[in-house]
Amino acid sequence: MFNKRVKSRIFFLSSLIFIAGLIIFFTLKSLEDNVVYFFSPTEIKNKSNISFNKKIRIGGLVKTGSINKEGNIINFIITDLKNEIIVSYTGLVPNLFSEGKGVVAEGKLNDKKYFIANKILAKHDENYMPPEVSEALEKSN
Amino acid sequence: MLKNFFPKKILSINNHTINTLIILMIFIILLGLAYSLFISPEDYIQGDSVRIMYVHVPSSFIALGIFAIIGTGSIFNLIFKIKIMPLITKSLAPTGTIFTLISIVTGSLWGKPTWGIWWVWDARLTSMLILFFFYLAYLLTWRFIKNFEKANKISSIIGIIGLINLPIIKYSVDWWSTLHQSSSITLTSAPTIHHTMLVPLLIMLVGMIVYSLIVFLMKYKTELIKFKLNKNNR
Repeated sequence: MFNKRVKSRIFFLSSLIFIAGLIIFFTLKSLEDNVVYFFSPTEIKNKSNISFNKKIRIGGLVKTGSINKEGNIINFIITDLKNEIIVSYTGLVPNLFSEGKGVVAEGKLNDKKYFIANKILAKHDENYMPPEVSEALEKSN
Repeated sequence: MLKNFFPKKILSINNHTINTLIILMIFIILLGLAYSLFISPEDYIQGDSVRIMYVHVPSSFIALGIFAIIGTGSIFNLIFKIKIMPLITKSLAPTGTIFTLISIVTGSLWGKPTWGIWWVWDARLTSMLILFFFYLAYLLTWRFIKNFEKANKISSIIGIIGLINLPIIKYSVDWWSTLHQSSSITLTSAPTIHHTMLVPLLIMLVGMIVYSLIVFLMKYKTELIKFKLNKNNR
């Protein structure tokens, strides 16, 4: 079964796949900032090449108790449990936007602590359960 | 096991077998839909919009699974030059393409009420779109290249290169930050879907797999007949 011709085809194919894989790996690595959909507050804090005029996205959890509505403007805090950023947004938020839940804000950084968003997306996690199960879990915690 | 794909066995599949499979599929899908749309509970966060999951997730699984078969088959095809291999992969491709499209469309319909947006260019969604393009390229190769051997070679290369996209799709939600949430069903840990929702999901998955099998058998039989009659320009 593994005669010389088959062996040479195996070799050719493996090298092709390997090289293609390398190309894709390095392309994705160098485009990393564009491949990630958002940065966490910690990543923003540690980032050295931030431009304060570029569109950027920050994601994390809405800090409990931080949502503050003043007319049309919503202020809240995005946290990744290690660092925080204050976000200010004017407009409608998705239904699933709420405290303690995931959020992705798109907009511009005023400085490393303050973010002006022009779009808010709700992010949900991979857990699916009926409301009764969720309440039971909360009670037992 | 490969013997099951040999002409004699497949060409002996008659309408009776196909019809039995169709009835089985209808039964499973109806059961799955009843469960998905009515019996299963709403989600604690998403409410009833979670019910799109029962179509979206199985479609995505099948879309990836079929391309994995096409890609692996393409590797064996180029290395060992098994004559029936391209006929098998050729018969699977249209179903895979449709399920990729269904995954993207249902995902989009799910995204609007939950995330607040129809589409984002995050790693998961973008790589699924790329999968769709690979499927299209695969189909178009067989459709427009008249010489069988040439179409075979080119489509096999497309299948193999597209294979690299599969782990990217699967692990995109782990490797990079994405809007799309990470996997609820993994090989290594317990599912994060409650069993009242996992069961209808699996029923729908089985039903869609039976559907894929039916279409595959019908197309594969046709391809074998064409091959035997030497109608495909070798």
